Amino acid sequence: MAVDMSMPILIVDDYKTMLRIIRNLLKQLGFENVDDASDGSSALQKLREKEYGLVISDWNMEPMTGLQLLREVRADKSMQDVPFIMVTAESKKENVIAARQAGVNNYIVKPFNAATLKQKIASVLGNF
Amino acid sequence: MTFASEDPFLSNRLADAVAEAGQPLSREQVAEIISEIVGTMEGDITALDLKVYQELQSLAGYIEAARAEIASIRPSELRDEYISSATDELDAVVDATEDATGRILDAAEQIQTIAEDVAEPAQTKLIELVTGIFEASNFQDITGQRISKVVRALKHIESKIGVLVSALGEEVQRAREQAADSSGETAAKQNDKELLNGPQMPDNAIDQDEIDRLMESFD
Repeated sequence: MAVDMSMPILIVDDYKTMLRIIRNLLKQLGFENVDDASDGSSALQKLREKEYGLVISDWNMEPMTGLQLLREVRADKSMQDVPFIMVTAESKKENVIAARQAGVNNYIVKPFNAATLKQKIASVLGNF
Repeated sequence: MTFASEDPFLSNRLADAVAEAGQPLSREQVAEIISEIVGTMEGDITALDLKVYQELQSLAGYIEAARAEIASIRPSELRDEYISSATDELDAVVDATEDATGRILDAAEQIQTIAEDVAEPAQTKLIELVTGIFEASNFQDITGQRISKVVRALKHIESKIGVLVSALGEEVQRAREQAADSSGETAAKQNDKELLNGPQMPDNAIDQDEIDRLMESFD
């Protein structure tokens, strides 16, 4: 099934710069319907208000971390199936395991490049 | 045997023991006699008590010397000037790199917009270059997080030094006063090395316009 390039994507990061970078890279990949949030709780609010096709989230944020956001998403029947990619500088094995156990679909370690972002999105949504 | 000769009781006890043994006493025998005598001293002080007391006295001396050493490095100055300044400098690094990265991204986004109206193959090449800029800008997030970790570590050290300064109260104050006295003597020896402080925090710095005015004021 072809990937819907117009689907809304939510990107979550407390660094404005990183939001801009991801937004621009997504634009180059063909995804232009992108919203953003600066932490887990505001992301959760947006997820309750709108149906997203993909969430790309940082981990280390306050007051709600990316992992907490992921757990909230997976615990909520209305959004539990949304594909979720963690993009983070947390690169220890236990982090990856914890995220996987919480239901993350893929995991990108910062710094990352456009090719990696494309590859991980494709692994979650299918080739585009 | 100075101690024995100064103490008639010990002297007599040793003499009796030598007479009884019919030969000079061994080191162990002398130690045993001293231990017996110490055990009969006033109060209930035993040789073990004395040893503990000596150890404690030595430990007290060591602690006193350590306190003086610590006070002499002026921990309050480390906390108030150096560590505080270091954390401010690092915060400034994060702000400056964030600001610079923001401007780089502004330019890259504009190039990307222009690239959309450019014919191939220049368009593809421009987009590739802009992508490279976006990818390289990742550094700002990583750098910021690393520096934040260092700032947290410095703040932890700062709080520990605060505890130390409270515990050493008077000694630290004395060391500070001594330092103030000696700095008065060296102030006159200020040279260009002491004027080198590197980049200043925005609040402490003057901008180019102010510098120009200052320079003109000398004309």
